[in-house]
Amino acid sequence: MNRQVRRVGLVLVLMFLSLFVMASSIQVLRSDALYQDSRNVRASYETYKTQRGPILVGGVPVVESIPYNDAYRFLRNYESVIYSPIMGYFSLFNGSSGLERSMNSYLSGQSSAQFFEQINALLDGKPVIGAAVELTIDPAIQRAAWDALGNRKGAVVAIEPSTGRILAMVSKPTFDANKLAGHLYEPANEAFLASTEDENQPLINRAIEGDLYHPGSVFKLVVAAAALESGRYTVASSFPNPKSYLLPGTATEIQNSGDKTCGPGDTVTLQVALIRSCNIPFAELAVALGQDRIRAQAALMGFGADLSIPMKVTPSIYPEKMDEAQTALTGFGQFDVRVTPLQMAMISAAIANQGVMMQPQIVRMVVASNLNVLLDPQPKVLSAPMSRLTAGYLTRMMVDAVEIGVAKRAGIPGFAVAGKTGTAQNGDLDPYTLWFTGFAPAADPKVAVAVVVEDGGGIGQNGTGNQIAAPIARAVMEAVLNR
Amino acid sequence: MSNTSLTQAIPKLLKAVPRSRNFEAVLLFWVSGIQAFALAQVQLAVLQKLSWDLLFYWAVPTIGAIFVHWVLRKRAVSADGLILPLAFLINGLGIAMIYRLDLAEASRGGTALFAERQVWLTLVAMIGAAAIVRFVPNHIKLRRYPFIAGIAGLLLLILPALPVIGQTRNGATLWIALGDLSFQPGEIAKILLAVFFAGYLVSRKDSLSEIGSRVMGMKIPRAKDLGPILVIWFASIGVLVLQRDLGTSILYFGLFLVLIYTATGRAFYVGAGVIMMITGALVASRMFDYVSRRFDAWLDPFAAENYNAAGGSYQLAQALFGFANGDVIGTGLGGGFPQLIPLAESDFILAALGEELGLAGVFAILSMFLLLIYRGLRIANSHPDDFSRLLATGLSFVVGLQVFVVAGGVMGLLPLTGLTTPFLAAGGSSLLANWAIVALLLVISDSSLRRPA
Repeated sequence: MNRQVRRVGLVLVLMFLSLFVMASSIQVLRSDALYQDSRNVRASYETYKTQRGPILVGGVPVVESIPYNDAYRFLRNYESVIYSPIMGYFSLFNGSSGLERSMNSYLSGQSSAQFFEQINALLDGKPVIGAAVELTIDPAIQRAAWDALGNRKGAVVAIEPSTGRILAMVSKPTFDANKLAGHLYEPANEAFLASTEDENQPLINRAIEGDLYHPGSVFKLVVAAAALESGRYTVASSFPNPKSYLLPGTATEIQNSGDKTCGPGDTVTLQVALIRSCNIPFAELAVALGQDRIRAQAALMGFGADLSIPMKVTPSIYPEKMDEAQTALTGFGQFDVRVTPLQMAMISAAIANQGVMMQPQIVRMVVASNLNVLLDPQPKVLSAPMSRLTAGYLTRMMVDAVEIGVAKRAGIPGFAVAGKTGTAQNGDLDPYTLWFTGFAPAADPKVAVAVVVEDGGGIGQNGTGNQIAAPIARAVMEAVLNR
Repeated sequence: MSNTSLTQAIPKLLKAVPRSRNFEAVLLFWVSGIQAFALAQVQLAVLQKLSWDLLFYWAVPTIGAIFVHWVLRKRAVSADGLILPLAFLINGLGIAMIYRLDLAEASRGGTALFAERQVWLTLVAMIGAAAIVRFVPNHIKLRRYPFIAGIAGLLLLILPALPVIGQTRNGATLWIALGDLSFQPGEIAKILLAVFFAGYLVSRKDSLSEIGSRVMGMKIPRAKDLGPILVIWFASIGVLVLQRDLGTSILYFGLFLVLIYTATGRAFYVGAGVIMMITGALVASRMFDYVSRRFDAWLDPFAAENYNAAGGSYQLAQALFGFANGDVIGTGLGGGFPQLIPLAESDFILAALGEELGLAGVFAILSMFLLLIYRGLRIANSHPDDFSRLLATGLSFVVGLQVFVVAGGVMGLLPLTGLTTPFLAAGGSSLLANWAIVALLLVISDSSLRRPA
């Protein structure tokens, strides 16, 4: 019987081993993710004890916890509404968002990098102080982007092409995080409910999340890159140039903008089609390339992939399993192609950076209260979606689009600006989505931008990307060039 | 010193030291000290000062443990010396956590307080254990009444399913209530069933193990010898249907399988039994909504549809948040938010302890249980009498399996069940039953030296 008893003991040991493994998995491997779950209110309650770390822009705190004479001891104060989409909110009652959420473990002093501080705090009974998070955002460029977008709905993203650092990120309409961070339940909760019920969705950071946008003609950059990368096309490749194009297998005809042919002649080159932003040649090109090649190019540029900057970015979408007519529509960014403004800025930045896409990041450094550097992110290559040559051709065409094409309003005297506009349709009667993406200076790019304006910039179907979005981008680029 | 004498010395040491009552006294002194520190930490962290209340929560269990120790000195002087300190330590940690949750509850004006009651119940359970040591000096007599124990055990199991007195909490029908008093009879039933299985199997083990044909190296028992396992299987399924609790069902069936295997040495019973149990559980998860809901909640506790469902995974998710907040070293007693976990004082007390004592604390607590079980199995191994071996194995295993099912449940390793955490969770039936198991193990260990067969 002893042999059996020993085996029973062995089985029990195995059962307990599995408990040890499970506990380790929850409390070590998954602990950060569980701690950050928005349904876990512990982070909010930690404010009872912790002075949450500040978030700095250009060396100046724009979000910080200031001493406050109530049970919570500190009140979260948001300096300026222009940073709201980036910072998000930190509510005692309704979870958190933005950087407040994704950097929470550092801000609240709970990150594993602060382990020894936590031990010290445990020993001497004093609370841990949260770490300071310094951003890559440039306050002057952020302000320029905020002002340029004005009262319109939309978003602006500016990236430094060589490093992936995000210089500005604006989303409108936005919210006042101070109202959500208040300590009194009723006003704070009411402000939160009002924001979530608002049809304009002010809590969404349009630059990286939400319902995404139809890219319209800015997507032609992806299609052109796919064509050049395929080796089957050059900028001089020519396409039939009709006034109207019958979508394959349907009775639907499409036109170029303005119902005209794409310049004179029976054929048009890829170069001219991109500079003039004609739809028909790109529909033809998309069908000839095939959806798989375009999807592969889009995937190389980041479509469909999870990305954290460290806020979670909604992946952009190039649809699957389309017929030829649908594929033709994606050639100029219609049908179900959907993108984030950040995705478009990344594409411009990759073109600007000679075909190398850098990982976009918004955190420059994290410094603990004892001045230890906890995090010092270095520029990192995300992918190489196109050759240097392709990037060069695209740059040339984008410069021409601004100088002689349909993106003239992005031009800055004295600088070569590269750009592409877009005017995306959302439905027969719905207002357009207006786009611009590009970079400057073309020879030595300092900044890549993407601008999106919703609801046709308030003028329905009368506005164009050049008219509304391009001047906003120009203001942002000028802010960079003048600094 | 030669190798032989060294290898002989170690088992001797292991055998000699824990049987000493003086060794036990020293350990009890330390455990009592640990509890004083734990309570002091709770008060300092939550109240920012020490208060005289501490004396009550500390002294009453300590007095109870000293009383059991005193009765052991009188009545069972060669009983195992680790079991009592271990049970006392785990019990005391439970009290410290329940007291800590009480302070949180009181600070927000709540009235659902458990600690004082738990302290008195601990004392009662300890006195009960002492009484067993005092009045059941010869547990082998229990062997004479297996069927009485079996029938009594089954009746207790059925009680909660009866109208009027039966009560359903959290979807599981495991309680009976008379006025303000409520009781979980299944806790006592597990002891009676262990006595029944041990008594029954010890008399039938030869026919169950010897006869039968050999197929592919495995001895297959005669069809009529499969009777008992089938009966117990049906009974377990019955429990599952009546009480809506997979854990209880698994606990009794697991106990039976382990004992029939220990008695007969036939792996066939374990194999067949496990397959039967899994089949039963799968069929039940298809047939009964409440079982399938538990399965869904277990498989994906963070899916919104499970998290937000009534009786869904909200509790489990909160427990996991608690564990996660503990990280490796824990927040320290009084430093976390275990009050956010539903039922933190009972079903989810391990999550509360995991939050404040961290992974280190979880490992320590599980190791204490494992050591307790190890002592129980050692008693089984060294006892000359077969009934005592089976009983000690059964009692140790049932504690181990229960800890596994409960801890596995709150960690999301297994579906949640209505079982309680032995010694830790607030609740009288659980304390009484587990202290009775401790007492029986002590009596059995004492008898192995005093009554060589």
